[in-house]
Amino acid sequence: MVGIVTYGVYIPRFRIRVEEIARVWGANAEDITGGLGVFEKSVPDIDEDTATIAVEAARNALQRRGIDPGAIGAVYVGSESHPYAVKPTACTVGEAIGATPKMTAADYEFACKAGTAGIQTCMGLVMSGIIKFGVAIGSDVAQGAPGDALEYTAAAGGAAFVIGGEEPIAEIHHTCSYTTDTPDFWRRSGEEYPRHGGRFTGEPGYFRHVLGAARMLMEETGLKAKDCTYAVFHQPNAKFPRRVAQMLGFTKEQIEPGLVVPRLGNTYSGSSMIGLAAVLDIAKPGDRIFVTSFGSGAGSDAFDIEVTDVIASGAFRRGAAPTVSELLADPIYLDYALYARHKGKIVMQ
Amino acid sequence: MREVAVIGIGCTTFGEKWNSSFRDLFIEAGARAIEDAGLSGEQIDALFVGNMSAGRFVEQEHIGALIADYAGFAGTTHIPSTRVEAACASGGLAFRQAVTTIASGMADIVVAAGVEKMTDVAPGATVATLAGAADREWEAFVGATFPGLYAMIANDYMHRYALTREQLALVPVKNHYNGARNPIAQFQQEITVETVVSSTLVADPLRLFDCSPITDGAAAVILTSWERAREFSDTPVKVLASAQASDTIALHDRRDISTLDATVEAAKRAFRQARLEHRDIDMLEVHDCFSIAEICAIEDLGFCRKGEAGRMTEEGETSLHGRLPVNTSGGLKACGHPVGATGIKQICEVVQQLRGEAERRQVDAEVGLTHNVGGTGATVTVHILGV
Repeated sequence: MVGIVTYGVYIPRFRIRVEEIARVWGANAEDITGGLGVFEKSVPDIDEDTATIAVEAARNALQRRGIDPGAIGAVYVGSESHPYAVKPTACTVGEAIGATPKMTAADYEFACKAGTAGIQTCMGLVMSGIIKFGVAIGSDVAQGAPGDALEYTAAAGGAAFVIGGEEPIAEIHHTCSYTTDTPDFWRRSGEEYPRHGGRFTGEPGYFRHVLGAARMLMEETGLKAKDCTYAVFHQPNAKFPRRVAQMLGFTKEQIEPGLVVPRLGNTYSGSSMIGLAAVLDIAKPGDRIFVTSFGSGAGSDAFDIEVTDVIASGAFRRGAAPTVSELLADPIYLDYALYARHKGKIVMQ
Repeated sequence: MREVAVIGIGCTTFGEKWNSSFRDLFIEAGARAIEDAGLSGEQIDALFVGNMSAGRFVEQEHIGALIADYAGFAGTTHIPSTRVEAACASGGLAFRQAVTTIASGMADIVVAAGVEKMTDVAPGATVATLAGAADREWEAFVGATFPGLYAMIANDYMHRYALTREQLALVPVKNHYNGARNPIAQFQQEITVETVVSSTLVADPLRLFDCSPITDGAAAVILTSWERAREFSDTPVKVLASAQASDTIALHDRRDISTLDATVEAAKRAFRQARLEHRDIDMLEVHDCFSIAEICAIEDLGFCRKGEAGRMTEEGETSLHGRLPVNTSGGLKACGHPVGATGIKQICEVVQQLRGEAERRQVDAEVGLTHNVGGTGATVTVHILGV
């Protein structure tokens, strides 16, 4: 048995609206909101980054469950925006949550699915008995090049999942992955902004891998769309996950609770994980959750998750940390000038 | 001068073909054409291929040699192979070169092909490359894009001839209807006037659905002399006319910006060669790179007076079930527009119709006309084919 013991999310409080970005670049905001289904995105504060977000998310997770931090044996942080190319964010998180020194750690990169790859690694370490608890985090302060289409959705946020074998609030029955060498979206070392292949990111990128992993999971487990209560997909915009859900036979009711991108934007490594957290925020014992992430480069991790009675027991205190809805409520809106300052786009001598 | 016939045709599907390279596209179309003609490769005497911009799309030049090599001819029969370019009229031009080569007696069996692979570069790069069909110095450098130039044609036309936005939208609506019945078409969905007029604005008044898409694809036809045609095909189609004309490259240098004089000239030459009248033509494949281009084409080819094509379209005369079907393939809009391939695809469509092989989009036709335009009208080819 292995599963999610507790989870936590952190989303910075600032936002910029699609209309405001469109105003600066002379674009038609309605074409963008109508096409992408995204209205606003989160923006980190001047002193926030992937590390601070990862620490907040991990602390929020630990607030909800009485776990001895010393029993955490592994920390993995997945991100495209680690503060250092060399010096792991995972060490900073480990220290901040009191898990050091008896732990293993590493940083992961696999575009938007680095966090779910961390979940899989923690599952392996727990199931083999090497560790008792592992923390897998997906956290990003995503950068979109000014004037590029991605600027409308590249957002900031993160989620932490503590994986363990005893009394999880949700059991992970099965996981499998679909991975290929596909250059749909990339960033060379030293470059500020990523580049992408335009429409190539769609069918040969997102859809091929999400469908590949999702169908693989259904085949390996016998799970069908109608057996699930919820389905969560990687959400670079609202259009792709809605379309892939339809292609797999999931209904609007199954996917909307986990679709956070319209008011959040794409939190990259945090994307599907924050979507899963939003579902766990409202889930009841017995709910079945189908999750498939996607990371460019490219690959998808699929998970078959079932919520246990523990989520409703006293052992798990959901209210001890903010839910995704609470984190999305009451934002502070920025204009493009302040947004540029927050994101470090204004170069100072 | 000998008479020429088409004895084999082949097309790939048109669309975003992520799994097909430039070479894959040509080989597929060429193989189908050779099989359709019942030939073996050694019988081919020469090859002409239309391609606008492989250099910028896939960084490959020397296309004639590449195609001959990958078709299996270069190292074996060492045939002459020539790449031909006239922007979006490259395909029509390649066909014309093949026709004149056979007509003159210089070769007996010739392949005319067209190929374009457009999706391996970012969309911005595609648009910049296509702008090379216009005048780089005096149009592109000063800010005109291709849609922008055709938008100017549309604005001038709509003002002078009182064409409405809704009438103009009927062109892509009709072409999508036809495309939905064409197995190779990039777009298989029917649309409405509402789809067109509410789509994203590209260059006023042209919207997304007024514009032909970015497409990968290839097409090939095999020609021989009319006297030998029945050795290979039970349904040879005769080339009744092959004509070509030029005009100023820049739109602003034209005599009349909403009349393509090169179309007018090429059509006159074609009808003279074929010794036919307009009423003898049963169907048209015209160059609808933008919706307004089809309106102008119908008029400039001489099928109605200037200003009348909107009404003709509205009254259904150019629909699949009308008296003069236009763009039964779906046109450039719905079938797709792999630039160098379009002119050859148009020939394939007419041949299929004349042979009675067009299935769900079959019209009653014995004579068809194709019209292929380069840029905003600087090169035009017109061909007439009949059975």
